[in-house]
Amino acid sequence: MQPFGGFDMPIQYSSIIEEHNAVRNDCGVFDVSHMGEVTVKGNDAERYVNHIFTNDITNAPIGKIYYGMMLYPNGGTVDDLLVYKMAPNDFFIVINASNIDKDIKWMQENSAGFDIELTDRSDYYAQLAIQGPKSEDVMLSVLNLECKELEFYTVKTINIREESVIISRTGYTGEDGFEIYASHDFICRQWDKLMESGRVKPCGLGCRDTLRFEVGLPLYGDELSETISPVMAGLGMFCKLDKNEFIGKEVIAKQKSEGVKQKIVGIELADNAIPRHGYDVLFSGNKIGEVTTGYHSISTDKSVCMALIDSERSKTGTEVEVQIRKKTFKGTVINKKFYGKHYKKD
Amino acid sequence: MAKVIEGLYYSESHEFVRVEGNCCYIGITDYAQNALGNVVYVDLPDEDEEITAGEEFGAVESVKAASDLNSPISGTVIEVNNALENNPELINKDAFENWIIKVEMSDKSELENLMDAKTYEEFCIK
Repeated sequence: MQPFGGFDMPIQYSSIIEEHNAVRNDCGVFDVSHMGEVTVKGNDAERYVNHIFTNDITNAPIGKIYYGMMLYPNGGTVDDLLVYKMAPNDFFIVINASNIDKDIKWMQENSAGFDIELTDRSDYYAQLAIQGPKSEDVMLSVLNLECKELEFYTVKTINIREESVIISRTGYTGEDGFEIYASHDFICRQWDKLMESGRVKPCGLGCRDTLRFEVGLPLYGDELSETISPVMAGLGMFCKLDKNEFIGKEVIAKQKSEGVKQKIVGIELADNAIPRHGYDVLFSGNKIGEVTTGYHSISTDKSVCMALIDSERSKTGTEVEVQIRKKTFKGTVINKKFYGKHYKKD
Repeated sequence: MAKVIEGLYYSESHEFVRVEGNCCYIGITDYAQNALGNVVYVDLPDEDEEITAGEEFGAVESVKAASDLNSPISGTVIEVNNALENNPELINKDAFENWIIKVEMSDKSELENLMDAKTYEEFCIK
């Protein structure tokens, strides 16, 4: 068990590699109850969410989900989050566990002048992520939850025994999958059913990180932070400059038009040595940045990392080196999507 | 329960030492491989490298993290287990069989600072 965002979390139940492969090829389940949930309701809810959130939710269809960030005025990232549109002026927001207190404070501080009700529901909601190509079948055959019609990045609410259960077709693995938000009791019952069925592998934090990493998804604290803006992280497309305003918009607009000093890139090593978070990246012996996340990729069998490096050296194909303990290893800048996503999109 | 073998010496950082005359084989224990999980890379020293008791001589990496290898004794590396370069998972299959380096010891009395099998077994339970 490992402390993570105030929770004791298992790194692995069996082995990271087995769990990782289960999600890529079959089905795995994560207990991600540590994630934070916030609801925003009221007359100004849409205008408020557009104010604090980089993506554009103007006139969003009910049931649609948006990925984006909350930013400081200087463009640094408060957190990356999902915004679920549940009803007109009714939003369900999912935030990172380690940022719950900071995010709530930020949301409250920036709510002046908006007629909204902001509620931290993190303690109420437990959450499961059912991930992998067999997820849809597992949802139906094991949990009796029909999700065939649910499109990628959409949500529905169903009532089970007078309880409102939120189900979305989302995840953090690059595979098809679902996330279920409900009371602790309900989630525990579903977990037990899944375990009894033998159809699903329980998965820990370890493979959650290897899976998201391989498909180039950022982790707050590694590829996004107070000093790493979405543009630096290559996530500028989630910052909509054509909407009226959002906190940080001016800086993001400037970064998009003038460029940034450092960028997150992918690097593939020629050797099997493993670049880890914080290791130096060099160009001709001079430090140009640091590794943000690195692994020996389970799905591609290559040593790869994401790194924040000087933009002038970020071109694909650039030969760099990574310092690993006493030795330097040759690497090449490549696209940071090391493994292709397999979402269900019609 | 992790396997412990009689007749070997053990360090607190979970390396084992198997003595053969003036030389010894050093690897990580079954307890250590189990705690690490899938080993995906072993950072090996070079042959002829001098190593010092208590100091780092390489690393074993699982998917999740790198763990330093600390030398239980001082001496000269006379052989490295090159099979681990392409098949690091051999350590998970049998940690005691798949030693990491062979060392010519410079001071055999350092072995007295290490634990025997029984003491190590108790150390692991704590």
